[in-house]
Amino acid sequence: MKKILLSLLAVLLCATTVLAGKSYTISVTQIVEHPSLDAMRKGVADRLEEKGIDATFNVHIAQGNAATNVQIISQIIGEQPDLVLAIATTGAQAAAQKIHDRPIVFTGVTDPVTAGLVKDLQNSNATNVTGMSDFSPMDKHVALIQEIVPSTQAIGVIYNAGEPNSVASVGALRENAAKAGLTVEEATIANSSGVYQAAQSLIGRCDVIYIPTDNTAISALESAIKVCTQNQLPLIVADVDSVARGALAAVAVDYYKMGLQTGDMVARILVDGADPSKMPVEFLNDLNLHVNTTAAASMGVTIPDTVLSRASKIIE
Amino acid sequence: MTSYAFFGALEQGFAYGLMVIGVYLTFRVLDFPDLTVDGSLPLGAAVSAVAVTSGYSPLLAILMAAGAGFLAGMVTGILNTKFKILHLLASILTMIALYSINLRIMGRPNIALLGQETVVDWFMKLTGLSPSYSNPLLFLCICLVIVFILIWFLHTEQGLAFLATGNNMQMITSQGVNTDTVIIFGVGLSNALVATSGALVAQNQGAADVNMGVGTIIAGLASVILGETIFGDKTIGRALIAALLGSALYRIAIGLALGLKLGSFSITPSDLNLITALIVVVALVSPRIKRTFLARRAA
Repeated sequence: MKKILLSLLAVLLCATTVLAGKSYTISVTQIVEHPSLDAMRKGVADRLEEKGIDATFNVHIAQGNAATNVQIISQIIGEQPDLVLAIATTGAQAAAQKIHDRPIVFTGVTDPVTAGLVKDLQNSNATNVTGMSDFSPMDKHVALIQEIVPSTQAIGVIYNAGEPNSVASVGALRENAAKAGLTVEEATIANSSGVYQAAQSLIGRCDVIYIPTDNTAISALESAIKVCTQNQLPLIVADVDSVARGALAAVAVDYYKMGLQTGDMVARILVDGADPSKMPVEFLNDLNLHVNTTAAASMGVTIPDTVLSRASKIIE
Repeated sequence: MTSYAFFGALEQGFAYGLMVIGVYLTFRVLDFPDLTVDGSLPLGAAVSAVAVTSGYSPLLAILMAAGAGFLAGMVTGILNTKFKILHLLASILTMIALYSINLRIMGRPNIALLGQETVVDWFMKLTGLSPSYSNPLLFLCICLVIVFILIWFLHTEQGLAFLATGNNMQMITSQGVNTDTVIIFGVGLSNALVATSGALVAQNQGAADVNMGVGTIIAGLASVILGETIFGDKTIGRALIAALLGSALYRIAIGLALGLKLGSFSITPSDLNLITALIVVVALVSPRIKRTFLARRAA
């Protein structure tokens, strides 16, 4: 009897210590350092902290190198984390290829189905992978363009045809523009030094320039702003950070908020024991509208009050 | 460094081993600095990924990748020898052209191979080992087979002409060898190896990406120099093996840098490239310092 009581006590003790002091290790793979990607990582960490979950992050960044990106996965396997957080497409692909015995949560992946991470958005195939897509709802972008520049016939777009996310975005842009009765004029670039020329090549071919979430184009955004200001051409973008830099407006995914929502998914898996194979891919529906009235004036556009009243941030 | 990280470094080192041997052939043997590799590595990945996703056998896909790489290298060689374009520039031209060609081949910037049967899976089933051991072993075997074929080839008459071309072009021309042909073939061969490596890497990492070639030449040169400094290059066979081992060492250096933790404040993941460069510099400089030190002691 004494023995049984003692062992019961021991089990109870163990259980309480586990509940009270449970700490988790999360290994992070991220292809490059980039404000949006970093914001997502911070969002995940902040949400876990809010929830009082004790998590240690092992952060690995491949500095844009494909070989290092894969090597990081071996490092992560060695760390034996409770969960792998994969930020952006290439990191998530390498993780999904190599790690099958623990949950992988991706975030900031525009098209997880084409990337091969999940079979469909419902995640109906049984894998250890789930996560969030940052796919921009392109119909809202086209609607914003039409609302700000009602006379638009053709949308000019600048992007790097080598970026998977941009190719997916421009495909969606073409589709949605066609639905709205607009045409799309494309100017592709191979590196950021081509942005100036690409913007110039669009003059006369379009009524407004749109830049999707394209790392190459956005890194040289100032060139596009310069061309647009000189030629009184409105510049509308797909990310809010570019509005502060001088683009006219954007309705966009807030990457920090996306990190917070990803943090919720992580918490459900770690704490509530949710099965990643049964969790559908999530999207961020709560979008931010930023406008820059100074940029609008210099590009010869007056932003309608209907847009201004909806804006979550107005830069003057 | 955990054992997973160590074997992971070996895996990457040997997966890129053929690339490093390719770089060795152009850079050291032909004396031809060839930047085509930044384009021919993703070319190999692209061809292999398209072939696998269209239902070809992964092995055939690798051979197709090698063929594509050979053609790409030949273009650089022809631009250099027949059109008299400086080798560095000729290779840059091919490299930038390949970026567009790779996008054409793939039809999009990234092709996923997740869930597709690859040579990596075959070998794992064949050996029954866990991927940590099976992958590096597979890539090492492939590299060794190619190295032995290369050693055999470089001892044939054509091979000797190949070796002599980089050393003394005038001498070899006076022997009646057409050096243009040797260069076109040599750069082709080198890029066939690089593209094969790209195909292996894509099948291993589960995706081909148009940007995966960035920095290939840097990794290749660092590996070649690291290998020859540490393992020597007295004979061609030894030099080829040294290049292969150099590739593994280079990735181990990166593995060390990835795992380096000296407090959260002093080193962050953003320092990776700097730390890697420092580790390689130390590896390069230390044999020289040791030699000077020994020489001084002897004197």
